Amino acid sequence: MFATQVYGDNGKMKEYHYTGPVEHRFSPYSFNGGTVLAVAGEDFAIVASDTRLSEGYSIHSRDSPKCYKLTDTTVIGCSGFHGDCLTLTKIIDARLKMYKHSNNKCMTSGAIAAMLSTILYGRRFFPYYVYNIIGGLDEEGKGAVYSFDPVGSYQRDTYKAGGSASAMLQPLLDNQIGFKNMEGVQHLPLSQEKAVQLVKDVFISAAERDVYTGDALRICIVTKDGIKEETVPLRKD
Amino acid sequence: MALSNVVETPASGFNFENVCRNVALEGLLQGGQTKAPKPMKTGTTIAGVLCKNGVVLGADTRATSGEVVADKMCAKIHYISPNIYCCGAGTAADTEKTTDLLSSNLTIFSMNSGRNPRVVMAVNILQDMLFRYRGQIGASLILGGVDCTGNHLYKVGPYGSIDNVPYLAMGSGDLAALGILEDRFKADMEMEEAKELVRDAIHSGIMSDLGSGNNIDICVITKQGVDYIRPYQESEYKDKRQRRYKYRPGTTSILTEKIVPLELEVVQETVQRMDTA
Repeated sequence: MFATQVYGDNGKMKEYHYTGPVEHRFSPYSFNGGTVLAVAGEDFAIVASDTRLSEGYSIHSRDSPKCYKLTDTTVIGCSGFHGDCLTLTKIIDARLKMYKHSNNKCMTSGAIAAMLSTILYGRRFFPYYVYNIIGGLDEEGKGAVYSFDPVGSYQRDTYKAGGSASAMLQPLLDNQIGFKNMEGVQHLPLSQEKAVQLVKDVFISAAERDVYTGDALRICIVTKDGIKEETVPLRKD
Repeated sequence: MALSNVVETPASGFNFENVCRNVALEGLLQGGQTKAPKPMKTGTTIAGVLCKNGVVLGADTRATSGEVVADKMCAKIHYISPNIYCCGAGTAADTEKTTDLLSSNLTIFSMNSGRNPRVVMAVNILQDMLFRYRGQIGASLILGGVDCTGNHLYKVGPYGSIDNVPYLAMGSGDLAALGILEDRFKADMEMEEAKELVRDAIHSGIMSDLGSGNNIDICVITKQGVDYIRPYQESEYKDKRQRRYKYRPGTTSILTEKIVPLELEVVQETVQRMDTA
């Protein structure tokens, strides 16, 4: 509460007149909310994100999706500080073009992931405040998900949630896709239709309890036939 | 007679025992690498409007604990006396306890004097208590009521300031709600029009503010009585999940089992449904 700042360290009331230079901290970061999720299947990958851009208790935009298409087989989801998300995706796009011109072929998902890790670590001491998840198809056509932390540590996963509601979504995915903490349940492989249904349901739940997630859900489904986009409305309050 | 003892005059000066205790606790906890628990705030939109025959109070129903919604259907309009209701924004525990305390004191007063308490009395007691604690009690309240002197609407801030106004909004969504109120408020409105205005003001707070959401509660106080409509409007976002997530019995593995028989007989059984949306 405000009143506690009236007391100095020794318990006596602080002076009201100006006593000297006061340090005002400027933070270069701000948190713009948003949740991203990626699921890898046998021959498909799904990257989904909500479309709400917020700051503090206000909403900047209800239509700001966080999935960005990189190549025909790869989509990246970035949430966190929107300024860094935009810059990072521009840098990745530029590097993709450079690679294409030098090597005469598109970057594969694994290569993009490795490159992103290097880009992020290059800013180890003033990080990009972005939680990245890459979803796409690998060289063999199987679904691949790579999840990152803000400074470039990454690993290949089957499913991953990142962003503000990640702590709520990840356990649900562990249970429904990874069959964790369940006994006597048949381990059926995940079909594309079931995966899309699961992603929609999981975001509806996240929007119920996380204030930064809502408005709409953008789903990008990556298959060998290309990238299909779907938008589903979520809670707007 | 006993009237002077009913509402106890508190000891003079400021009572800051708890501040010293809190500072000491922070130090202890910091040393133990844990943080003091953050109180749950309601991050709210509440509004009140004076109309021709009474007072209309409105509130949303979301309680947030940081960025997580802690309660989707919390009641923010508190009962003070049969003719006075109070909307609370700020720290949830503070608004609950302050209004409870006020309600108890006024009940005792009613019983002693045989009268319904006046709104000014409620406001003065609140102001007294909140000022005494110098803002440590984070309760921003909208008090509305009808008594023998007419309809009243008061705003009480956490530091003990009061405002007697015909319409107001408080909480994190207050600016959004005030926009609607400033645009459409007229003196001496009809009851139905006032209810719609408050509903629209709270709705605007719900849509624009992340700390407010879910349903809208309305409380209409008139000379004839009180109409507490909860919820006045349910949220339009209901469960639209495509799959059912039910687990067969036996899905959770049982590691050890210990059975202790209890000798009980069922006297009364009540079932209360959870809101599992």
